[in-house]
Amino acid sequence: MATVIKIKRGLDIPLFGDAEKILQTPPRVDEYAMKPPDFHGLFPKMMVEEGARVKAGTPLFFDKHNEDVVFTSPVSGTFTQLVRGAKRRILEVRIEPDGKNEHVDFGAGSPASFTRAQIVEKLLKSGLWPAIRQRPYSVIANQNDIPRALFISGFKTAPLAPDMDFVVNGQENEFQKGLDVLGRLTDGDVHLGIHATDTTSKAFIQAKGARVHRFKGPHPAGNIGIQIHHVSPLNKGETVWVVDVQDVIAIGRLFDKGIYSAQKIVALTGPEVLNPRYYKTLRGARITSFTQNNIKEEKDVTPRFISGDVLSGEKIGPGGFVGFYDDQVTVIPEGDKPELLGWLIPKTDKFSVSRTFFSFLMPWKKYRLNTNIRSGERPFVITGVYERVLPMDILPMQLIKSIMINDIDMMEKLGIYEVAPEDFALCEFVCPSKIEMQTIVREGLDAMQKEFA
Amino acid sequence: MKALHNLVEKKVKPHFEKGGRLEKFYRSFEAFETFLFVSGNVTKRGSHIRDAIDMKRTMFHVIIALIPVLLFGMWNVGSQHYQAIGLEVDFFDKFVFGLIKVVPLIIVSYASGLAVEFIFASIRDHEVNEGFLVTGMLIPLIIPVTTPLWMVAVATVFAVIIGKEVFGGTGMNILNPALLARAFLFFAYPAHLSGDDVWIYTNLQEGQQLIDGFSGATPLAVLATGNMQSLPSAMEMFIGTIPGSVGETSTVAILLGALILVATGVGSLRIMLSVLAGGVFMGLLFNLFAVNEFMTIPPYHHLIMGGFAFGAVYMATDPVSASQTGTGKYIYGFLIGVITLLIRVVNPAYPEGMMLAILFMNVFAPLIDHYVVGANIKRRLGRLKNLQVKMDSE
Repeated sequence: MATVIKIKRGLDIPLFGDAEKILQTPPRVDEYAMKPPDFHGLFPKMMVEEGARVKAGTPLFFDKHNEDVVFTSPVSGTFTQLVRGAKRRILEVRIEPDGKNEHVDFGAGSPASFTRAQIVEKLLKSGLWPAIRQRPYSVIANQNDIPRALFISGFKTAPLAPDMDFVVNGQENEFQKGLDVLGRLTDGDVHLGIHATDTTSKAFIQAKGARVHRFKGPHPAGNIGIQIHHVSPLNKGETVWVVDVQDVIAIGRLFDKGIYSAQKIVALTGPEVLNPRYYKTLRGARITSFTQNNIKEEKDVTPRFISGDVLSGEKIGPGGFVGFYDDQVTVIPEGDKPELLGWLIPKTDKFSVSRTFFSFLMPWKKYRLNTNIRSGERPFVITGVYERVLPMDILPMQLIKSIMINDIDMMEKLGIYEVAPEDFALCEFVCPSKIEMQTIVREGLDAMQKEFA
Repeated sequence: MKALHNLVEKKVKPHFEKGGRLEKFYRSFEAFETFLFVSGNVTKRGSHIRDAIDMKRTMFHVIIALIPVLLFGMWNVGSQHYQAIGLEVDFFDKFVFGLIKVVPLIIVSYASGLAVEFIFASIRDHEVNEGFLVTGMLIPLIIPVTTPLWMVAVATVFAVIIGKEVFGGTGMNILNPALLARAFLFFAYPAHLSGDDVWIYTNLQEGQQLIDGFSGATPLAVLATGNMQSLPSAMEMFIGTIPGSVGETSTVAILLGALILVATGVGSLRIMLSVLAGGVFMGLLFNLFAVNEFMTIPPYHHLIMGGFAFGAVYMATDPVSASQTGTGKYIYGFLIGVITLLIRVVNPAYPEGMMLAILFMNVFAPLIDHYVVGANIKRRLGRLKNLQVKMDSE
């Protein structure tokens, strides 16, 4: 318990727009959406038709490859619109709330009074199962597996990430109840990673039924993949499950009250936000409910809205919806303006881990970084930069190369089971060749999954 | 800025785009366009923000780090020349003389190399890579000032095509292209790349003559003949007022460049130091045996003679042809130092060993990496094995 796992390699990107610790409830949210693309590898089949009345917890669609996994409505209202993309792919299932707050009753009860099978069934029915994800592959867990262990990260280190202490505040009992439920799902341990000095919430420090590990260091120390790697690395053939803190709370509430509560605290962050703070809303809320009149307006600057953090989040439109797994919305400026000799002229508004810009002389400075990619994609040239931001015993460049040539055997040997795209987000950020590493890692994981399917 | 950008976008670009008259040269246009403007392209997914560094800026910093050796090299070319003909001239004259001799080398190297790069970029339809910006500057710095320009062109074209493009272009090459250019010249035209007559520009004008007892031999050549008395002083070799390739003579200027490379994080300090360690280690080993006079010189002499410092700082650190793993870099650098001294002292055919040592280790870098990667794989497998043993015993 007293030992602190020190993460030495990594990078904290200093951005403007940390959320102030003020919790607000946004005025009426006009629409919610469940977005099938949030779940990698999902093949959705609709279970309701447009115009149908739904309650919070009513199934909307299921996974064609695993029919027991259903996805439920976060709110009671009317299923108004099915948004499809290219090849008729379902992008959004939109629900207009009716303000009645009706819930499907899944039955409350202490976790101890249920068998494991009953617990799994309850989670599946309520639509909370997708909140449990597995490693390897970083996809929704398979309900037929029994994981070696279960991991929860009690702190986040991504740029401008919400403070989990603040989020769990007032929900400590539900969190503990969630832990009790999750403890029943594995024969091994439930591991909870906390920050050695910053974590102060008793919900985390004194969590019962979980092994608490204390971490210290820069991003990605808060990433679950990094924590698994340092606590007990994943080997071939093993499976572990991971759950986010707010989903643990939702699971706790399911057993406490018998309802699917989609309540979620979302941090609105980023340099383009006027008043970055926390909002108590529901999963899948339209972001306009808290971004309206809260975004800086400047001539020639278009804001980019991201559901999630700037490193691994999903780009959404100004009228987009918060993703299923996300508890943060980040707004940064687009970098769509060309810049005369931009690579040559050193400016103080640019940030780089290399010391070729002035940023290294001003470690205290915060930045308003934009989305400019700065260069076309190049082959790997510079070596040694990736290792410095990936605190795992994994050779990032060699792994990425093995994925590029689709060498299944080599990917396995180099540890692809241990990684998720988000673990390579910093590698992608620092890459001078601008290689899209997260996309490549996802391709590699897909290839592995297909190979062993 | 906006007006200029509009001009490029509206008046110039259409000619190069599909259907335009100069469609074939789109990639060349694009290279200049992105040189002038960082484009407004934005990230689509993944990391929405990116580090401000890119290849252009990386390569640009290597060029900056080469400026001290380039300037000193120019001055030294003039200085050596006037010394050889016994003329006392001022600093400025020496520098201008060198400038006139060196600039054509640079122009030819860039022109021939970039031409090949642009052609290949068009054929393969990819963006022009920035790698040659550095190669093109390195080539004139590692050859004697007397090298005929056509040879520079032939060697550069050879190096870019055979050394780089046949492997798939920048980032895919096995050998350091600049060194390959030099090796090509060295073996194809040995008379122009070795001996005592090539290092100093001695084409005389009317009324000029070489001073009595002139020798254009480099310190290493002097040592190879065992003629210890005519060796320049350590200080002279450190400052660089000795004959040699254009950029290699001044250890001071090279150290300044090394400082820039290390401070900006562009060059690998790990490789530089391990080359140094390898050289010192081998030098001490020679001292221990000391069966001939060459073996008795203090190890630090080796570091300030010939191309040792230049190779360690600018050549061995080429990230593409060097070892790509952290541990591998130590081994790679150390062996370069060792082999360089072996060739210098033990091999009677070549007075200098840096070029061959680096090229040799370039070839072996993938093997070193193979074993370093193998160790990583073994650790992972070992973990699994331990677990199985534990499970079996339970």
